[in-house]
Amino acid sequence: MQLTGAQALIKSLEMEHTEVMFGLPGGAILPAYDPILDSPIRHVLVRHEQGAGHMAEGYAHVTGRPGVVMVTSGPGATNLVTALCDAYMDSVPVVAITGQVSRPVIGTDSFQEADTVGITRSVTKHNELLMSAEQIPLAVRQAFHLATTGRPGPVLLDVPKDVLQEKAEWYWPNDHEVSASLPGYKPTTKGHPRMVREAARLIAASERPVIYAGGGILKARAADALRQLAELTHAPVVTTLMARGAFPDSHPQCLGMPGMHGNYAAITSMQEADLLIALGARFDDRVTGKVNAFAPKAQVVHVDIDPAELGKIRRPEVPIVGDCRLVIEEIVRVLEASGDPQADRSAWWAEIEQWRQHYPLYYAPQVESEPLRPQAVIEAIRDASPPGTTVVSGVGQHQMWTSQFWRFEEPYTWVNSGGLGTMGFAVPAAIGAKVGRPDRTVWAIDGDGCFQMTAHELVTASSERIPVKVAILNNAYLGMVRQWQEMFYEERYSEVYLSPDLPDYVKWAEAMGCVAFRAETPDDVAAVIDKANAVDDRPVVIDFRTDANEKVFPMVPAGASNSDVIVHPSQRPGGERVVQ
Amino acid sequence: MAMNGPASAWSSGSGRLHHQTISIIVENCAGVLARVAALFARRGFNIISLAVAPTDDEAFSRITTVVDLQETSVEQLTKQLFKLVNVVKITELPPGEALERELVLVSVRCAPPGGPGPSRGEVGDLVRIFGGTVVDVGQEALTVMLAAEPAALDEFEELLRPYGIIDIQRTGRVALAKLPHQAFRRGRGAPGGDR
Repeated sequence: MQLTGAQALIKSLEMEHTEVMFGLPGGAILPAYDPILDSPIRHVLVRHEQGAGHMAEGYAHVTGRPGVVMVTSGPGATNLVTALCDAYMDSVPVVAITGQVSRPVIGTDSFQEADTVGITRSVTKHNELLMSAEQIPLAVRQAFHLATTGRPGPVLLDVPKDVLQEKAEWYWPNDHEVSASLPGYKPTTKGHPRMVREAARLIAASERPVIYAGGGILKARAADALRQLAELTHAPVVTTLMARGAFPDSHPQCLGMPGMHGNYAAITSMQEADLLIALGARFDDRVTGKVNAFAPKAQVVHVDIDPAELGKIRRPEVPIVGDCRLVIEEIVRVLEASGDPQADRSAWWAEIEQWRQHYPLYYAPQVESEPLRPQAVIEAIRDASPPGTTVVSGVGQHQMWTSQFWRFEEPYTWVNSGGLGTMGFAVPAAIGAKVGRPDRTVWAIDGDGCFQMTAHELVTASSERIPVKVAILNNAYLGMVRQWQEMFYEERYSEVYLSPDLPDYVKWAEAMGCVAFRAETPDDVAAVIDKANAVDDRPVVIDFRTDANEKVFPMVPAGASNSDVIVHPSQRPGGERVVQ
Repeated sequence: MAMNGPASAWSSGSGRLHHQTISIIVENCAGVLARVAALFARRGFNIISLAVAPTDDEAFSRITTVVDLQETSVEQLTKQLFKLVNVVKITELPPGEALERELVLVSVRCAPPGGPGPSRGEVGDLVRIFGGTVVDVGQEALTVMLAAEPAALDEFEELLRPYGIIDIQRTGRVALAKLPHQAFRRGRGAPGGDR
């Protein structure tokens, strides 16, 4: 059967069980948009290619399946770069198809030509320029295989227009042909048995262990295994920003998020631990603070599917390359089979309980006459939303507050941009998350600065009937930058003021086909949230006017040791001590 | 031809830098050298020399590269390289365990017999001593070639310098692991040995 490259491309995506793709057509990719008309694949037409990338990420985060993006050459591809980089940093499986100019004119600076493979080389797990139509099916199979196995990530295929137009015999390669075509790619999934035994021995003997759970837990579908390990060892668990939901916040062993804006108990337990059990975590600088001063008393067991993460920042006593789920299950098996009793951890827990009691997450309660406390708004949304609600955030203060004050009970209910810290992530990622899990309520908790970067994708959401809900915590500032200027630049506020009503968020949202509300006083909050939750046929936007003076605490200043964490003013010596 | 990237945690710092030869087998496909070079730049490793050619199997190429780094970062470099999908095999070649060769072409001044200044004969002697060859002869210059261990090339270059080097081109280093010679080295297991 002869197919054009374009037909082979779309058929290959179908063969890989693609249900939906996010994209925007243009000159070079035009041929591939024709067979879409005859394909069962749903295409979501975005308003800007970056949005397509983040939608694909949101989709991948909640489904575990790769998000698929298709855009044109040149500016289409360059607009996608931020999203690819975001997916690369957070190990999100994405398959991106970019159009390219026709083969004879490649390298001549022709219209809408960009060196897409060159530009995206350092922000993709792999990329490939396809120079013939017969390559397409194998390349698509490889792309899905690479994006989803090992350490997941974005893979890009750059397809010249005349390759899409030329005909080739259709042939769908089998699994063996795919692995034979990738001789340098063999991810290790099973942990080394001797290392696994050594890890189990250290865990059983540790009096002050902390399980440091990272995003790899979610990528490996290892939440159940993590819980088993935690309950077997009775070790406290911290869940990083990328791992929120991997272990239920309501679980008595959960200490919450570690790092720069983490829970005091989570940060401090790592500083005082004698053993860190790092599972799918990468010792990011936002978690470790000053590396030399991080967890100074701890030995480290480090499990990761990416060998390059082991010893990159901190040299582990026990490095284990492997899939988090398989390795954790193996550690659990060894622990159970050995029958060795776990060390006595009652003194450790007593200490942890002290930290929890003295330094819980805290904000000054809402006062009637004052602007809205952003944390209170998040809690109100949380309490009014059904279980399993997916929460998506942008980047900044609102992101930290959401991670702190939402209660994550299930995996895959939290979507955010961790590694790259991409402002504007929330709206498109929420749309992708809703497409991936239409059965779930999806709330984007966004900042006003972030919202302005990608709000236009709400036009996409309206026209495609994707009913996401967006809460703008509108403090009229680039809040996190403002916080740093307040604390570390003597309150010299430079280029951070945005205005609360320029734009008029309600009018803007309505113009984009959304239902929109505004909440200015504490009395408004519950009512507008209920109204928003009642809308299920179109997007909703709420403009919450929040207090610009609120800061995110606790905070470890950049470059400082995690032992020098700054707690909420009321929790400092001389402040009003909060004990719950 | 150093490629300077940003200093990274592994390539900078207080540790002593040393040259490390790494042999990388890659798929012989478009853009693979760019991927490897880009990784060096992105992760802040410094390439001293580079040599690339297909192996006996046309499907693969061998990249031999000399990098300047701390001992501790060799591991990180090889791990990062191995993340490239087209990289099939990486061998670290520590000095002493590798056969290393470079090639140099030098055009050097020398006068015809009876002319002023050093003669062709003197330069020719040096070339013979080092086991090089004369590959081109001009009126007042010779072009010579030497393929040898990098240190011998350094020496050769220094000895030629007083004559006046007109142009010089050295290749990147190529290297292979030494063959196992255990039996001979021990002198025990070899046939005819006294034990």
